[in-house]
Amino acid sequence: MTGIFELLKGNPGDSDYENKGVIVQGITGSYGSLHAKQMIKYGTNVVAGVTPGKGGQKFEDKVPVYNTMQEAVDATNAKISIIFVPAKFFLSAAKDALNAGIKLLVAIPEHVPIRDTMETIDLANQKGAIVIGPNTPGIMIPELIKIGIMPPMPFKAGKIAVLSKSGTLLYEISDALTNSGFGQSITIGIGGDPVNGTRMIDAFEMVKDIPDLEGLVVVGEIGGDSEEILAQRIIDSKFNKPTVAYIAGRAAPKEKRMGHAGAIVMGTYGSAESKISMFNKANIPVAKRPAEVPVLLAGKMEKSD
Amino acid sequence: MQLLEFQAKELFREYGINLLDSISSTNIEDGRKHAKELGYPFVIKIQVPVGGRGKAGGIQKCQNDDEFELKYPQVMDLTIKGEKARAILLEKMADIKKELYLSLFLNRSKRCYTIIASAEGGVEIESVKSQIIKEVGLGEVSDELAKEVAKEMELEGITADQFVDTLKKLSKLTIEKEAELVEINPLAIMQDDSIMALDGKFVTDDNSNFRHDELQKYQEKTEIEERAEKSGFSLVELDGDIAVVGNGAGLVMSTLDMLSDNGGKPACFLDVGGGATTESVYEALTLISKLDRVKGILVNLYGGIVKTTVVAEAFLKAYENNLIDLPVFSRLKGTESERATEMLQGSRTKIFTTVEEAINAAVMGVKN
Repeated sequence: MTGIFELLKGNPGDSDYENKGVIVQGITGSYGSLHAKQMIKYGTNVVAGVTPGKGGQKFEDKVPVYNTMQEAVDATNAKISIIFVPAKFFLSAAKDALNAGIKLLVAIPEHVPIRDTMETIDLANQKGAIVIGPNTPGIMIPELIKIGIMPPMPFKAGKIAVLSKSGTLLYEISDALTNSGFGQSITIGIGGDPVNGTRMIDAFEMVKDIPDLEGLVVVGEIGGDSEEILAQRIIDSKFNKPTVAYIAGRAAPKEKRMGHAGAIVMGTYGSAESKISMFNKANIPVAKRPAEVPVLLAGKMEKSD
Repeated sequence: MQLLEFQAKELFREYGINLLDSISSTNIEDGRKHAKELGYPFVIKIQVPVGGRGKAGGIQKCQNDDEFELKYPQVMDLTIKGEKARAILLEKMADIKKELYLSLFLNRSKRCYTIIASAEGGVEIESVKSQIIKEVGLGEVSDELAKEVAKEMELEGITADQFVDTLKKLSKLTIEKEAELVEINPLAIMQDDSIMALDGKFVTDDNSNFRHDELQKYQEKTEIEERAEKSGFSLVELDGDIAVVGNGAGLVMSTLDMLSDNGGKPACFLDVGGGATTESVYEALTLISKLDRVKGILVNLYGGIVKTTVVAEAFLKAYENNLIDLPVFSRLKGTESERATEMLQGSRTKIFTTVEEAINAAVMGVKN
């Protein structure tokens, strides 16, 4: 599997170094077109769009639209795509992308059935591709490339990696980090679904060896056990960069789905207490409020100096 | 959604899983007829979408008409963990030799279905040490795997055969209905060594609803929840007095946590979705205006690509139309927040720079 930075940035000397092409699936829809424009504005190299039946058009008079992913990939050689189709059509769009040779698939739609997500992951594993999402805000290297729906203001280039299940909390916490002088080397939206193409531990593996990484921020929420597994991995791998966590949903009632399909506590499985106690075991402080994250991170950095 | 026991058992029956005779009712008149059909003794079981029914007195034995007349209304009137009875299930009494546990659930971290089985059933599975855990993959449980589980549970003869059969049927059901969790606890071994499902829990993947019209009859929603869904909101009703509104599930959960930390009591969780518009915020305010217990509204929006002035317009429209007469404590972050603050000057919406300030004001505000 190709590394995430190689996919997003490439290597010095590549003709497309720091200018990797991105295909937008569902580019002519209202949501897809809004965010395609925003991504272009941010500097992302959107090289093609795909909407079945709309092939031959030009998006914003510039970006060619194709009927299928195969045509778009053949014409552009892009390895990255972002999907904006309704959840019902997600599986077929994802298969279309992976079969055409896409190596990084960013899955924006919410409400994708779990079975469809699992089939997508299965195919991605066979093809050696990375899936981010579904129900993710996307992935970005601030000030270089944005493949997602995040607003630009909260983010600034820097040396902190941020992994988040939630979109708006990613913005909120990155904003707080930026205001405290902590820019971000990469931010990865895990997504709010029960099953994620890139799990917390997978995202950790992507960022843990960034050469100049100065810290890690994990934004979790109730549901599942991905935070617990990540905390255990951090213990086992003796990862020693300053790390801070935040967990949303402490006050949520049990057995109620709190907005995200994945945010539900069943028995003790998925409870905030379980996650917080595992982070404590890994010596990772857990913020009580988003605004507390940079404060705890600064504290951790002082200690590690 | 989480199905009630009798609904889960309807599905079990459809898939040929062994069950005792049972009939559900929602009033005592129907209950009396069912009591005659079923014959004593039987058990009266409250139907609520939460566990812990037995401890709360929601399961009662019934030997004769007098007991029935006494216990049926008692059980019907119970509230368990805030949930009122949706129905009453009358089920024949069973002669049990031993109780087992069996479930299939969607293992999020392994990304496959997983069997949990135990020779100790009838109690919460978290408290059981001897769990047998087997990953299944995305397909159905094979004959081989089912037999392996039966062997590890030390089942023999007809019991082992019926257990294997039950597990395979349960697996077919789980996959065909796209369930996140299907649990039989207890799965009983009867005096004649046969196997019976005495309880049933069934949690579906709501995102696959569009493929499962047959399950929609089990959907139970309040009018407010239905309207919320139509607008693309997520709404969870809670029992406090401050309505919590925001965009993005994570942000709203976080606001709920901070409000509770500061002594506030949330009346609802309302996520208007990633992109807020004038219309969506107006509809959110409309829904909240229908919740009687609400004394104040706490709004936490991280605009992002959305302009906060668009949100301010919704508030102004709501006041103009006399939709709400409640104080609103609001933190609007994002583009044009200064203009939004100006627009709302003199209205009942107070704007704060930080969410902490908005929360403190809301907690104080509803006390007065």
